Amino acid sequence: MAKAPARSTAAPKKTASTPAPATNREGPRDPIPYDATPAELEKFYREMLLIRRFEEKAGQLYGLGLIGGFCHLYIGQEAVAVGLQSALDGDKDSVITGYRDHGHMLAYGIDPKVIMAELTGRAAGISRGKGGSMHMFSVEHKFYGGHGIVGAQVSLGTGLAFAHKYRDDGGVAMSYFGDGASNQGQVYESFNMAELWKLPIIFVIENNQYAMGTSVNRSSAEDQLYRRGESFRIPGMQVDGMDVLAVRGAAEAALEWVRAGKGPVLMELKTYRYRGHSMSDPAKYRSREEVQAVRDKSDALEHLKRVMEGAGIGEDKIKDIDKEIRAIVAESADFAESAPEPELHDLYTDVLVEQY
Amino acid sequence: MAIELKMPALSPTMEEGTLAKWLVKEGDTVKSGDILAEIETDKATMEFEAIDEGIVGQILVAEGTDNVKVGTVIATITGEGEEAAAPAPAAAPAKDVAPAQAGAVSANAPTPAVPASAGTTEKAAPTERASDPAIPAGTAMVRLTVREALRDAMAEEMRADDRVFVMGEEVAEYQGAYKVTQGLLDEFGARRVIDTPITEYGFAGLGAGAAMGGLKPIIEFMTFNFAMQAIDHIINSAAKTNYMSGGQMRCPIVFRGPNGAASRVGAQHSQNFAPWYASVPGLIVIAPYDAADAKGLMKAAIRSEDPVVFLENELLYGRGFDVPDLPDHVLPIGKARIMRAGSDVTIVSYSIGVGLALEAADQLAAEGIDAEVIDLRTLRPLDTATVLASLKKTNHLVIVEEGWPVCSIASELAMVAMEQGFDDLDAPVLRVCNEDVPLPYAANLEKAALIDAPRVVAAVKAVRNRG
Repeated sequence: MAKAPARSTAAPKKTASTPAPATNREGPRDPIPYDATPAELEKFYREMLLIRRFEEKAGQLYGLGLIGGFCHLYIGQEAVAVGLQSALDGDKDSVITGYRDHGHMLAYGIDPKVIMAELTGRAAGISRGKGGSMHMFSVEHKFYGGHGIVGAQVSLGTGLAFAHKYRDDGGVAMSYFGDGASNQGQVYESFNMAELWKLPIIFVIENNQYAMGTSVNRSSAEDQLYRRGESFRIPGMQVDGMDVLAVRGAAEAALEWVRAGKGPVLMELKTYRYRGHSMSDPAKYRSREEVQAVRDKSDALEHLKRVMEGAGIGEDKIKDIDKEIRAIVAESADFAESAPEPELHDLYTDVLVEQY
Repeated sequence: MAIELKMPALSPTMEEGTLAKWLVKEGDTVKSGDILAEIETDKATMEFEAIDEGIVGQILVAEGTDNVKVGTVIATITGEGEEAAAPAPAAAPAKDVAPAQAGAVSANAPTPAVPASAGTTEKAAPTERASDPAIPAGTAMVRLTVREALRDAMAEEMRADDRVFVMGEEVAEYQGAYKVTQGLLDEFGARRVIDTPITEYGFAGLGAGAAMGGLKPIIEFMTFNFAMQAIDHIINSAAKTNYMSGGQMRCPIVFRGPNGAASRVGAQHSQNFAPWYASVPGLIVIAPYDAADAKGLMKAAIRSEDPVVFLENELLYGRGFDVPDLPDHVLPIGKARIMRAGSDVTIVSYSIGVGLALEAADQLAAEGIDAEVIDLRTLRPLDTATVLASLKKTNHLVIVEEGWPVCSIASELAMVAMEQGFDDLDAPVLRVCNEDVPLPYAANLEKAALIDAPRVVAAVKAVRNRG
């Protein structure tokens, strides 16, 4: 059993470890890194690269004024959404997240064109231009948003898990939130009910180490966030969120536990965002060197490329994927720029479902 | 092909900025993530990063330049082996387009002349509203308390639809803090009648999530005073979801519980939240008075695909009323009820205020004033058509509300009368509301703070004398 990682690590550790639990209660098995086939490695790479290139493009479009308001990019955290969601059953499991939601949607195979068109506020957007970056949903894909209030998705996700159990449909809810949200009161209200009623939910803390400008160490009395469920008897796992195979492996261990009816699991994914909290964040709370060190040493895509090379996937193949993804992203940006804005009468539609 | 670097918008409000400093020079090789320049926005000094790899071609805006418009080409980057090319003329930045469009929106916004469209265009024209279904002749009436009527409504809907469940504090084994859920646990079991911990924010969110996931939750707040801990989910999660998702994700949920002043429980447990919720687009707000309406509207609320805030009143729970003995007594949401027809003055109220209005109407009748009493029943959407039709007949309007006067349902109705019924008014609209103070505990002070029938009588006489 690996030791708990040192406190206040700026760069995530390269270990797929679950530190020793504080109690000897039963918990999920120790995760092992996922043994991916070359085809799966390519798929992970393709999905992660799509997220990165999509977000870079979104950043550019924001800079051009084509995207407005708040826009929170997922660059750096790609391995989390791809590793976790690749382990889910898209036909029955549900996913919910906060406002940094583009990556989770792309990882669930939602068309980049309708996501980008929502970012530019067009009628063809997934929310018909009425949601924006933070408020996107795809009930068809069992992706329930896209929520702008920090921590709300944890209670809502617990409700999704309640619905799975109520219907006995075998589904698991996955509720993502950040290190910042992990200090919200409703998170603990939800932990309590989830464990009390043994709801099928995986709580995922994406610990990118900064809640806007406040580091975990400045905001959290217990900064080992995987332990935040202990007083509710929710087992915790700490995972290297920069290693997609470690993430996928941990997801499988967590899912085995939850699908066996043993109640929730809390996963802390140690990760890092390269960009500011939102597009208007000058990011003066951390040094340039800190960000560069993570990019140089821990980048999720570079790590995966090395694994792919080890698996005999040649540079040509990787370049082909790069080209393919650039084309998809360029197409989504063109679509998002050229699609028309909503009709003015849409201002009044969908306020209520029924007529009274 | 050279890549044009344009002045970025680095905040939601930025239209121009200062190019404070270049950190690269022409001919430098840059890669993704390198800082190219520092730009001062209206909020902060930001670093401008390279997205693409290449060689800095031309720097077109010198450092220290102020008021550089967003979208202006400030430099070019060329890929490997490419010549630095002169930039194409800068395309009109998209920001320039936005204000014109915003202007178009406001030009098309509803004008004061047709205020009915201001926030309520989601519903059909008022004249097309459904009326209460006719009660078949010979239907027996049963005497039920409001408490029993609410319980029966929930039980009937739970029998009809397995997606419906009840959740809240003490709703199951305790049989309800106010006994509204009495007997439900016995009939439906612990899967569908669920005691929660004392955790309003959490279970309101859980309920909203379950509704998004396809169930039809009834969330009981022991009183609506405690729902303030959960109001974020009622408004931000439940009310806005359908709109924000472009009609894709619904949240069919009923939030219910007692609202308004009870008796001698002091300021923190005695407040009418009706105006708060009624101000929110995306919510249905219902506040019935008698048992028949409580039953018929609760059933409609549970069946609705929209989120409903259902405001009950503790002091009414034990009052008995006649309820039609029908297998499925469902009433239309959004339709007021004329409780007493009259010709001299319109008294509009809802919830417990209706009883006071009826009491006042009896006294007024004895003095020769024939009052029409309207129970709004639904507060959002408001049935302004019924109120305005009555005003057209009586030319006098008094609003009775057990709640504070400021920003109240009464203030809203007075405005509706101004906008749409001005020519029918023979006198200014008056309102009878609670005193504008937190509710005190002392019996005499509490009595002084709350509305009563004599105050309604006095207000009616005042508007009659003015007319």
